[in-house]
Parts: sequence; structure tokens; C-alpha cells
Amino acid sequence: MTGRVLMAVALLFLLAFLASPESFAPLFEPFTRNNAPAIYTQTGLMSLTLSHLGLVLLAVIASTLIAVTLAILVTRPAGREFLPLARTVTSVGQTFPPVAVLALAVPVMGFGAGPTLVALFLYGLLPVFENALAGLTGQSPQVQEAARGMGLTPRQRLWQVELPLALPVILTGVRLTAVISLGTATIGSTVAAKTLGEVIIAGLLSSNTAFVLQGGMVVGIIAVLIYEGFQRLEQFAAARIGQG
Amino acid sequence: MAFRISRTGLLFALIGLAGLVLPFVQFKPNRIVPGEGLRLFEALSLPLGWIIGLVLGAVLIAGCLERWPAKLRLTVALLAVIAVTLALGAAATQLTPPDNTLARVSPASGLWLLLLAFTLMLADAQSRITLGLPIRLAMLTGAMVLIAVILGSGALDGVSVMREYAARSDLFAREAVGHLALAFGSLGLALLIGLPLGVAIYESPAMRRPVLGILNILQTIPSLALFGIMIPIFGWIAANIPGAAQAGVAGIGLFPAMVALFLYSLLPVVSNTLTGLTGVNPATREAAAGLGMTRPQILVQVLIPLALPVLLAAIRIVLVQNIGLAVIAGLIGGGGFGTFVFQGLNQTAMDLVLLGALPTIALALVAGIALDLLVEATGGRPKGGQA
Repeated sequence: MTGRVLMAVALLFLLAFLASPESFAPLFEPFTRNNAPAIYTQTGLMSLTLSHLGLVLLAVIASTLIAVTLAILVTRPAGREFLPLARTVTSVGQTFPPVAVLALAVPVMGFGAGPTLVALFLYGLLPVFENALAGLTGQSPQVQEAARGMGLTPRQRLWQVELPLALPVILTGVRLTAVISLGTATIGSTVAAKTLGEVIIAGLLSSNTAFVLQGGMVVGIIAVLIYEGFQRLEQFAAARIGQG
Repeated sequence: MAFRISRTGLLFALIGLAGLVLPFVQFKPNRIVPGEGLRLFEALSLPLGWIIGLVLGAVLIAGCLERWPAKLRLTVALLAVIAVTLALGAAATQLTPPDNTLARVSPASGLWLLLLAFTLMLADAQSRITLGLPIRLAMLTGAMVLIAVILGSGALDGVSVMREYAARSDLFAREAVGHLALAFGSLGLALLIGLPLGVAIYESPAMRRPVLGILNILQTIPSLALFGIMIPIFGWIAANIPGAAQAGVAGIGLFPAMVALFLYSLLPVVSNTLTGLTGVNPATREAAAGLGMTRPQILVQVLIPLALPVLLAAIRIVLVQNIGLAVIAGLIGGGGFGTFVFQGLNQTAMDLVLLGALPTIALALVAGIALDLLVEATGGRPKGGQA
């Protein structure tokens, strides 16, 4: 209960801050020196937040769709051949640092939102895929047997039994992806993507702590809200299949 | 009997053949301007390029056939990876005019695709054979020695990344040490604080939710934000707490980066300590108590050894994560390979970016695989499946 209240307060604070950053200037003034501005005004915080979230949303949706499709394919009889390879690739791929993936996308894509989006997408595939695979392969044979006994076709089994059962685990993967993407997108501003990282980096370059704090604060609150939101979704999905 | 087509082999062949068609290297008059792409056939002098290209193509097509012994495929794929790497070195040496220190030959998409195709083939072959721990350990060591030999032999010295390295080998050594210090230092700190904390919340269950909750939130904060926030905090401490500045605390440099990494590492260490300890059979604990062991003795002699695989798994997560995150320290003057990555991004010198990114990836891979092996050796299930 206290958790829910805290989250609501955090959300309200975030919305108020984004709607009118200037009215929070007194809060950040103690962190500035030599009369530097307390609020980042180069680009509107609201528009940076929206473009940051847009980038993350696009990448997460794309990686979820592709990763779940791939996981379904390699768990069908026709795709079984790829299963050992898929496992190895996901486990090795996840040791690749997200920042390095981002840096490597630049020579291919040039600067801007492109490399950030590609890096977020590629890196986001792995947690969703790994979890979808775990969710789809970890189901009890009895359930499968029962579904077959009821006369469900393979397609019906997938949509009505396997995917709903795997959903909570898949959502955990999407949550991991979303949180990682949110953080990596911040670094995307070093390759000229329009994200909240711009505020933090501007603060670092001009030694203006107020900028660092407000950029970090906005991303941090969003990250925590997304994390909590997904946990609620996971609990809901788990409750639907009787595991709540 | 008819030959069956292997679907995985078909995928690798498609990737690899695309790699043969796309530019293998890029020739640039200097390190910043975009260059001209050259295919494998064009990049090497006349017979050599065609021979290597045709052999690689033949291997890819042959790989489509089913019923190759996995061990043979493993060997062939490994040889192909080495051949592609050496071809890159040869192309760079042949293409760079003598006495020209400005021209750069960088790896291009074709090379990356060829490497991808053959490493996938390698990984696929390896995942189909069960090899014992000693053999896999020997393979990891062998791969590291092989890379060291190829780099040391000078075969790649003409390649752009190695030329960036040659221009700053002293600095590279320093940043490498800095990177390792950040990754291992923060891991050490996290173990020093996280293990006792994990034991403490194991002993008092009421503390579990709040402690894990706070650490969870810490982990959620994006890295750039956390690194950024550390700077003013430590700047303030250095300026206002007597003795702190003398003790090496400063707002920029190694210190804030180290603490940020440490904070990220706490959650895996604490939660795995708890998982490991709660996973020990209560009967074992009672038996130890029945033998007259004291609580600390039970903890040190019984619980911790039994929880070891789970603790090692935490060390794996933390080490791999911190090797990657330490790159961001480069942005706040904390040193490490990130220095090259961000310098390169600023100067749009992609070879310099590679000089920072490639060692980071290699380091993370080696750490991940080595610790997976260690977890398995202590009787745990490796986090990453087949390593």
C-alpha cells in the first residue's frame, strides 16, 4: 500500500516538474555556481522526455515482437534445430556491454537516433528471448498432454495454452529490456540522439550539478515507475493463470 | 542415401555469402573521412583474394549439408575465423602505400558478417557436443593465447584499429589497468559490504523487503544518471569534510565511478547471498548445530561452502555488468576503455571507438565464460547455459 502511494506521489511530482520546470528552479538553485541557470532550457525537458520515451518504446516493442516470434519459432518442431544455437547466442550476447553495442552501431548507422534505436533493439532482444524461451520450454508435459487430449490444434495450443502460461515470464523479460533501454538511451545522447542524457551531459560539461540532478532525477523516476508498473502487470498475468 | 540440408548451415551460408559480396575493408585516405569499400576479392592481391574467397565460400556451402561430425565443423569454423582475421591483416598491409602514415584500412560490413557466420557455426557445433570442463577450460585458454599470438605477431599491424593502438600504446596500457581496477575494485567492495549484508538479512527476515527494495531501486537508476550524481556528492565531500581530499576522494576521476559501480553491484551480491543461504537444506543446518558448532562456525564452515555456486553466479553477473558499465566512466574522466570510446565518438574517429569497444567486449566475454566454468566446477548450474 505504501508502495502504491509512493509511486503515485513520484508520478505526480514528475508530471508537475515536466509541465513547469521553471517553478522548481528554487529547488535546484543551491546546486548551481556563479549564477548558472538552475533549469536546463536549451531544449524543453518535456520534449526531451517524450523523445526519450518514444525511442525506448519503439525499441522495446520491436525487440519484444521479434524476440517472442523467434522464441516461438525455435520451440516448434520445424525450428528445434536452432534451439542449442539460440541458447548459446543469447547467453554470449548478453555479456556484450550495451554501451559497446551502441558505439559499434555508430560506424554503420552514423550519428543520431538511428544507432541508438538499433543498439536498444538488438540489446533488448536478448532478455525477452531468453525469458520467452524459458517460459515456453518450462511448461509441464501434463498441461501439454491435456491440451492435446482436448483436441486443440497446435495453433490453438500456442495461443490458448502456451503463450498465456509463458506470459508472466515474458513480461519479466520485457521489464528488464525496458529498464536497460531507458538507461542506454541516456547514453544515446553522446551519439546525438535526442534524449534526457543531453541534460546530464550538458551538466557534466559545464560542471552544473543542477542539470545532472534534474536529468538523473527524471530518468530515475521514470525507470522506477516502469519497473513497478511491469511488476504489477506480471502479478496480474500470473494471477490469471492461477499462480498469483 | 540423400543429402539433407541443414537449416542452421543454410543460415550461416546466407550470412557468410552476403559477407563475401559486401565490402570486406574500407580504404580511407585518412582516419576521419569516409572511405571506399573493397570486397575480399578486390582487397587482396590477385590470386590470394580469390583463393581465400572461394575456400570460404566452399566451406559455407558445404556447411549446408547435414551429417557433418560436429567436431570437424568446429575445427573448420575455427580455421575459417583465423583465415578471415589474417586476410584482414594481409589486406591492410597490401593496401596501405609504403611510407603513408595517414591512410587507414578499417574492417567493413563484409568482414563482420563473415566473422559472424563462422562464429555462429563454431557456436552451433560446440553446443552439439558435450565437452568436459577441462577441455572447455583449455579451449578458452587456447583462444586467448591464439588472439595474443596473432596480435603479437604483427599480422594485424596495418589495420586501422591497431594503428590507433600503436599511436597510444602507453595510454592503452594505463586505461586497461584503469578499466580492470574499476571492474574488480567495485566487485571487491561489493563483496566486502554485500556478503555481510546478505548474511544479515538472512538472519533477520524482517529486513529483507526494505533492503532488497532499496537495492532494486538503485539498480534501476540509469548508469549515466548515477555516475553523474556521484560527481557532485563526492565533490562536496572532498571540499567540505576535512581529510577527505587528502584521502583521495575527489569529484571527478576514479572515485565516483568506482562507487557508482559498487552501488550497482550490491543487489546481485546481496540477493544471491540470501538465495544461496536460504537454499541450504534446514536439516543440514540442524545437523551442524547438533554437532555442537556455533552460529559463526555453521555460517563459515557449512552454509557458505554450500551456497558457493550461487555466490559465484553473483560474481559473474557483477563482473560482466561492471566491465560493461565501466565504459561510462570514460565520460566522467574516470578512465578505462570508455576514454577511447567517447574520444572516438567526439572526433568521429570510428577506429578509436573500436579500440575502446573491442577490448571491453573481449574482457566481458572472457570473464563471463571463465566464471560460468567456475560455477559449473563448484557444482552449480552455469547462468549462461552452454559456455
